[in-house]
Amino acid sequence: MKSILTLTVNGRRREDLVPDTMLLLDYLREQFGLTGTKQGCDGGECGACTVLVDDQPRLACSTLAVQMQGRRVETIEGLAKGGRLSRLQQAFHEKLGTQCGFCTPGMIMAAEALLRRNPNPGRDEIKAALAGNLCRCTGYVKIIESVEAAAG
Amino acid sequence: MSIHDDLKRRGIGSVGVRTPLIDGVEKVTGRAKYTADLAAPGALCGRILRSPLPHARVLSVDTSEAEALDGVVAICTGADCRIPFGVLPISENEYPLAREKVRYRGDPVAAVAAIDEATAAAAIRLIRVEYEPLPAYFDVKKAMAPGAEPIHAEKPNNILREVHNEFGDAEAGFAAADLVREKTYQFGEVNHVHIEPNATLAEYDPERGHLTLHTTTQVPYYVQLNVAKCLEMEEGHIRVIKPFVGGGFGARTECLHFEIIAAMLARKAGGTVRLLQTREETFLAHRGRPETEVTVKLGMTKDGKLTACHLKATQRGGAYASYGIITILYTGALLHGIYDLPAIRHDGWRVYTNTPPCGAQRGHGTVDPRAAFEALMNEMAEELGLDAFAVRRINLLREIPHITAYAQRVLSYGLPECLDAVMAASGWAERRGKMPKGRGLGLACSHFVSGTTTPKHWTGEPHATVNLRVDFDAGITVLTGAADIGQGSNTMAAQMVAEVLGVDWHRLRVISADSALTPKDNGSYSSRVTFMVGNAAVAAAKDLKRILVEAAAKKLDASPDAIECEGEYFRVAGQDPGLPFNEVVKAALIDTGPITVKGTFTSPPEFMGDKKVRGSAIGATMGFCYAAQVVECSVDDVTGKVTAEKVWVAVDVGRAINPLAVEGQIQGAVWMGMGQAMSEETRFDNGRMLHGNMLDYKVPTMAESPDIEVFIVESIDPNGPFGAKEASEGMLAGFLPAVMDAVHEAIGVRPDALPLTPDRIAEWLDAKERRRS
Repeated sequence: MKSILTLTVNGRRREDLVPDTMLLLDYLREQFGLTGTKQGCDGGECGACTVLVDDQPRLACSTLAVQMQGRRVETIEGLAKGGRLSRLQQAFHEKLGTQCGFCTPGMIMAAEALLRRNPNPGRDEIKAALAGNLCRCTGYVKIIESVEAAAG
Repeated sequence: MSIHDDLKRRGIGSVGVRTPLIDGVEKVTGRAKYTADLAAPGALCGRILRSPLPHARVLSVDTSEAEALDGVVAICTGADCRIPFGVLPISENEYPLAREKVRYRGDPVAAVAAIDEATAAAAIRLIRVEYEPLPAYFDVKKAMAPGAEPIHAEKPNNILREVHNEFGDAEAGFAAADLVREKTYQFGEVNHVHIEPNATLAEYDPERGHLTLHTTTQVPYYVQLNVAKCLEMEEGHIRVIKPFVGGGFGARTECLHFEIIAAMLARKAGGTVRLLQTREETFLAHRGRPETEVTVKLGMTKDGKLTACHLKATQRGGAYASYGIITILYTGALLHGIYDLPAIRHDGWRVYTNTPPCGAQRGHGTVDPRAAFEALMNEMAEELGLDAFAVRRINLLREIPHITAYAQRVLSYGLPECLDAVMAASGWAERRGKMPKGRGLGLACSHFVSGTTTPKHWTGEPHATVNLRVDFDAGITVLTGAADIGQGSNTMAAQMVAEVLGVDWHRLRVISADSALTPKDNGSYSSRVTFMVGNAAVAAAKDLKRILVEAAAKKLDASPDAIECEGEYFRVAGQDPGLPFNEVVKAALIDTGPITVKGTFTSPPEFMGDKKVRGSAIGATMGFCYAAQVVECSVDDVTGKVTAEKVWVAVDVGRAINPLAVEGQIQGAVWMGMGQAMSEETRFDNGRMLHGNMLDYKVPTMAESPDIEVFIVESIDPNGPFGAKEASEGMLAGFLPAVMDAVHEAIGVRPDALPLTPDRIAEWLDAKERRRS
C-alpha cells in the first residue's frame, strides 16, 4: 500500500507517494538525498537518526514516513541559515563536540530540541536530554561544553 | 570581522593552538559523506548468509533456488575464493566466505547481490547449506584441553601462539623482595562499537577489469592488498578510497570479510554493489579486545621499590588469527618502558575459540595486563602502608635516555610531571583515606607506543610519505595516505605544513586516503600517525619552503640566506613589504610548472628492536606517551552500582600540536577505559551473541559519564614532530585499575574481575560480610 504524504521538510512543502511501510529515515535519505541523518544501529539504540518533528526530537529509524502527514520535519541540513552555521553547529565545531562526526547530526538535533524548550539548561538537564544519543569518540565532555556554549 | 580574519588573529592552524578540525564544518552540517551516504544510482544491494552454528564442516552449499529468483544478479560462495586473507603475513587463515568449515556463529558462508533489499533477503533464505556440527569451544580451558577438536588443522592444541620470555633474573628479584604477592584478574571481552556500522561500496568496471572500493577502513592499503590477493587481481587495478569514517578504535585496522565479499559480488555482477552491515553484523565482525585472564606476581621492597614481575596472560582469541600473535606479544612488550623494573618474566597464550575473532583495540595488548599490574601495585602499597603516589615515584625510570630490557629507547619521559599534576588537582593528599562512606579515589599509570617502527608488511620503504602539491593558484594541497577516522589526522598534517610555511590556514586543503591520489600509508594504527606522518609532513613542508625561498631570493636578487619570511611575505631583511605568497609561488613555478614535493620519515634502525632480544620487533617504537590518572567513584552498597564521579588525567604527549584535539582524544580514551571497567562486555550463549546491539552491550550514555579533566604535559620528544608523541591510547588502561582502587576505598573490597557490574559488587560485598561474621 502507498499513500500520498504531504509534509514540510526543512521549510519546504513536499508531496510524495510513499509506501506505508517506509521509514522516515529511508524517506529522508533515499527520496530527498538528505544523508545527514544517519543510521548507526538496527533500530532505536543510538540516536544518530534524531530529527525534529514539530520541534520535538524523534528517531527517524523508528518512525514511519506516513506518520509525518501534515507535520514539520527538520534535519541537520536545515539548521544552517543563509549558509551560516547555527549557534549549536558553530559550538560543536569550535569546541570539538564532534570527532568522527557520525553521531553529530543526531546529537545536534537532540540538543536543538532541548534549547528550543529550555534556552538555558543546566548540566544535568543536558545530560538527561542527550542520554539517548550515543557517541564513542568524545566521552561526551566536549559535547556538553558545546551545548553549554551555544546556550550561554 | 570575517571568519577568515578571526582565524588568522587567533593563530588557528599553528602548532600549539587550539584548532577546530579542518573538516569539522562538513561534520556539523551533515555534508560529510560516509560510505552509506555515497550516491550510487543503480547500485545492487548486497547481503551475507552467515553460519548458524559455531563450529561445523560445510558439506554443501546449494544456491540454485536463489539464483533462479527474479532480481538476483550474483551469488558468491566459498568456491569463488580459494585464497585466505589476514592482517599478518604469517597467519592468514580466514576466507571471505567459508570453505570446508565455519568457525563461529556468524561466519560468512554465501553472499547475494540483488536489485533491492527485499530480493537480496529473499535470496539469502533460499540458499541451502548442509553442515556437520563439530564440538565448539567458548572458553580457553576447554579449547586447550587434550583431545579438543582443532579449530584450525595446523594448530592441534588450539593455541595460536605461546610466548615465554624472561628479562633479568625474576627469581632473584622475588628473593630480594620484602613482599611478594600474586593475584589473578579476569577481564571481559569488549568491542569498539565505532558508531558507523561497517559498509562498502564496490564498483567493478568489466571493460577495464578495474575495481573501486569506498569503505569504512583505517588502512586503505591493507584493503587493497587483501582484495587484490583474494580476487587474484593486480593491486594497481584496485582503487581504495576512505570517505568520512565514523570511528574505528582498531576494528578497522585490517581488511575485513565484508570488504572482500563486496568486491567479489561486484566483480561477479559486473557492476556496483552496496554492502551495508547491520549493527549486529558489525558486532560479529568484531576484532575487539579479547577476554583475558591475567596472573601477575610482583616483588616489592618495604619502601615500595619493585624487584621483579611475572605476568601470565591467556587470551580467548576467537575463531581466526587476526592480530592475535601481536596482541599476545604486546602483553609482554608493554611491561617495559614505564617503570624501573629489574626483572620481567612473561608468559602468554593466545587461544582459538569458536567466537567472533578478536583483533586490535585501542590500547592494543596493554590494557588488561597494565590494569592487573597497577591494581596489584596499589594493593601491595596498601599492605606496606605506602601511598600509591609514593610507590609510583620510587619506581620511575631513573635516567633519560633509557634503554629498556626489550631494547626500546625512552628519550622523553613526562610521567613524574603527570603524577604531580593529578595529585594536586584531585586533592589526593588531603582527601585520600578520608573519603566519606561509599566514595573513593584511586590512582594508576599507563603508557603506549607512538607508532610501531616495524610495519607488518615490510617493504623497506620510509615509514611515512607525504606529498604537497602547489599550483599557480597558490593553493597548497596536502596529500597523505593517513586515514582520518575522526581522530583529526587531516588537521594535524595541515597544521604541520601551516607551521613550517607560515601560511594562512585557509590556503591548505587535505586530500587523504585514496590509493589513486595519495602516497601509500601504513594506516591509522599503533598511534603512528602524528609521529610518523607528522614528521613526513614537516619534511615535505621544509622542502617546499626551500623552493619558495630560493624563488623569492632569485626574484629579489638576494641570497636565499637573506630571505626572511613573515606570515605570507618573503623579503630581504628590512625591506617592506616584500613579496606576497602567491607571487613567490608563481615565481617558483615559472621554470617547472606545478610541483609536488615529497617528504618522508624513516625510523633509525636503533629504534626497531634488537635482533639479540627475542620478540623485540613487536613493541619497538620511537617514544612512549605516559599518563597518570585519579578516578573518583561512588558505590551504592545496596544496589551494587558503581558511578564514576570525576577523572583527573595528565598525559605526556611530547607536545600538543592541537591541544583541543589532544584533550578530545584523551577524554575519549579515558571514557573508553571507563566503558570497559564499568559496563561493557560481549556475552555468548553456546556461541550465540547476546550483546548484538548497543543497549545490551551497554555503551555508557552521557548520563553515566563523568567529567574528565585533562592536564597536558609536554616533554618535547627529540624525534617527534615539534616534539609530539602519541595522544590517544596511552591513557586508556589507567582508568581500569584506578577505579578498582577507588572502589576499594569506597567499600573495602578489591575487585579482581571487570566489568564492575552490580552483581559482582554485591557478591564481593557479601563475601566481605561473610568473612567478617
